Amino acid sequence: MDLLLEGFQTALTPTNLLFAVIGVLLGTMVGVLPGIGPAMTVALLLPITYNVSPSSAVIMFAGIYYGGMYGGSTTSILLNTPGESSSVVTAIEGNKMAKVGRASQALATAAIGSFVAGTIGTVLLVLLAPTVADVVVKLGAPSYFAIMLLALFAVTAVLGSSKLRGFVSLFLGLAIGLVGTTTGQARLTFGRPQLADGIDIVVVAVAIFAIGEALWVAAHLRRKPLEIIPVGQPWMSREDWGRSWKPWLRGTAYGFPFGALPAGGAEVPTFLSYITERKLSKRPEEFGKGAIEGVAGPEAANNASAAGTLVPLLAIGLPTTATAAVILLALQSYGIQPGPQLFSAEPELVWGLLASLFVANTLLLVLNLPMAPMWAKLLQIPRPYLYAGILFFASLGAYSVNFAAFDLGLLLVFGLLGLAMRRFGLPVLPLIIGVILGPRLEEQLSQALAISQGDVSTLWGEPVAVVVYLVIVLILVGMVASRLRGGNGPSGPGGDPEAGSDASTDRERLSA
Amino acid sequence: MSIVVAYSPDVYGRAALEHGARLAQADDEQLVLVNATRGESLVDRRYAHEDEVAELVGRWQAAGVRIDVRRDLVADVAEAVLDAAEETGARLVVVGVRRRSPVGKALLGSVAQRLILDAECPVLAVKPER
Repeated sequence: MDLLLEGFQTALTPTNLLFAVIGVLLGTMVGVLPGIGPAMTVALLLPITYNVSPSSAVIMFAGIYYGGMYGGSTTSILLNTPGESSSVVTAIEGNKMAKVGRASQALATAAIGSFVAGTIGTVLLVLLAPTVADVVVKLGAPSYFAIMLLALFAVTAVLGSSKLRGFVSLFLGLAIGLVGTTTGQARLTFGRPQLADGIDIVVVAVAIFAIGEALWVAAHLRRKPLEIIPVGQPWMSREDWGRSWKPWLRGTAYGFPFGALPAGGAEVPTFLSYITERKLSKRPEEFGKGAIEGVAGPEAANNASAAGTLVPLLAIGLPTTATAAVILLALQSYGIQPGPQLFSAEPELVWGLLASLFVANTLLLVLNLPMAPMWAKLLQIPRPYLYAGILFFASLGAYSVNFAAFDLGLLLVFGLLGLAMRRFGLPVLPLIIGVILGPRLEEQLSQALAISQGDVSTLWGEPVAVVVYLVIVLILVGMVASRLRGGNGPSGPGGDPEAGSDASTDRERLSA
Repeated sequence: MSIVVAYSPDVYGRAALEHGARLAQADDEQLVLVNATRGESLVDRRYAHEDEVAELVGRWQAAGVRIDVRRDLVADVAEAVLDAAEETGARLVVVGVRRRSPVGKALLGSVAQRLILDAECPVLAVKPER
């Protein structure tokens, strides 16, 4: 508790408060704009880590992450186009509500629900993360190796519609992670001295998120404008409050654990929350016509899951969403190794971050309730201006890593890869997680084998590792079983090889 | 021969349509309503809602005006209006004009200005009633 209070001292300094406000505003902005998400934004802002203190930068990035979850709902409700993958479900009922003139109530329940869920989620995070870190710090290299393997596997196999595409993306990422001479001999360097140190992950992240997206948008520039529903000030009646508070709490209960698990992300819990609310509703006939429960639940779930993803990120150093992965990059660029030691090694940073999450959440509520109509105006920005700016910052960011023109070449190559991935519906998340975790996986493996002097059986010599391997096998068996049981298991859009169409790739693309 | 109206769903567009339709009604001429967008932003408030267009068309058809609607995604809105004028052999193009600040003039292009300068036929510049 004392630690958290000290954290508030860090978070409430004028500088950090300013960064929190900037983060929250930027996050909401990119959340509102479809195609531009918090992951891309944090990637583009990585260069600021060169001259901003670690706690300020991390506080800003966390604000962007939370803000992105807020902003997505505005677009879902007013435009029927989710601004973020986590708001896909919100669009179902939210847009219906807006169409019958209840846009204000939909926006209000989304914003207040996000605040409630974000606050409860952050409390849980504060309680859980140090405990998890205490447990994890005692684990040896074999267990780490197993946990990372599980994370890679789960992110690839459980999320996304097509397993094959997921694994293609994962192995692309792992291959990029191999480049360099960390092991002594040169791997995949093609004899180029610039590649000897490996490919900077910042360049990969910026290219895949920003350049890939910009090229994709350039290829689909002219689209029929969408109908936006005009809206005034968000507000709720007493009845709306009565119908909203239970879905908020249930959504939080779904969101947090799913965020904390390696197979996190906000898609699954938001969807589960929606189904639950439809089942429990006293007015099931309203579902499909604009039921407020169908907005309240999923919106709470996605914010709670954002808090949940910070548990493995801070306690184990394991990113489970694209945004968490890029925040991890930021920490690494300060030379801070996220993991169980983080709580003891960098208490000011960690507790400052946790406290700032409460601040960010409150800021979001205070700023966003009155500003919803203004955020909707952002959608009128012509895309050429927007993406010109993104390309500028992307090039600047990639160049400033090493001040080498070679990196700009790499940026372009990976940008084309990002475009191809969007075109063929490959999810982006496994690639990014692969690039980040690949080298660390190898490090743990070689460390484990060095301690055991080459004896491979050390890999299953720790109980935690055995349990984790069992979980992996269970997931595998489950996957095979669902495939055998009819072959049309959970393989939504994108399972069809011809479905590289705009609709399905748009969905996949949002999963970043 | 026809009368082409450059329409946008605001007071300027409505004023232009009002004048254009009155002229078409008086001379019994074909009215061509053009409402185009560059389709570059997600929301373009100068691109009319389909229901709104249908309602306008219905209203003027009931008043006996032959009305033809062109709604397109184009690279250049002024160009789209000019093309429509040329194709239908327009004798007049009607466009709503707005007051613009010096800064606005310097920064933003104007469809009305392009039409007035580039059209082959006379252009009627209409201001909404204050």
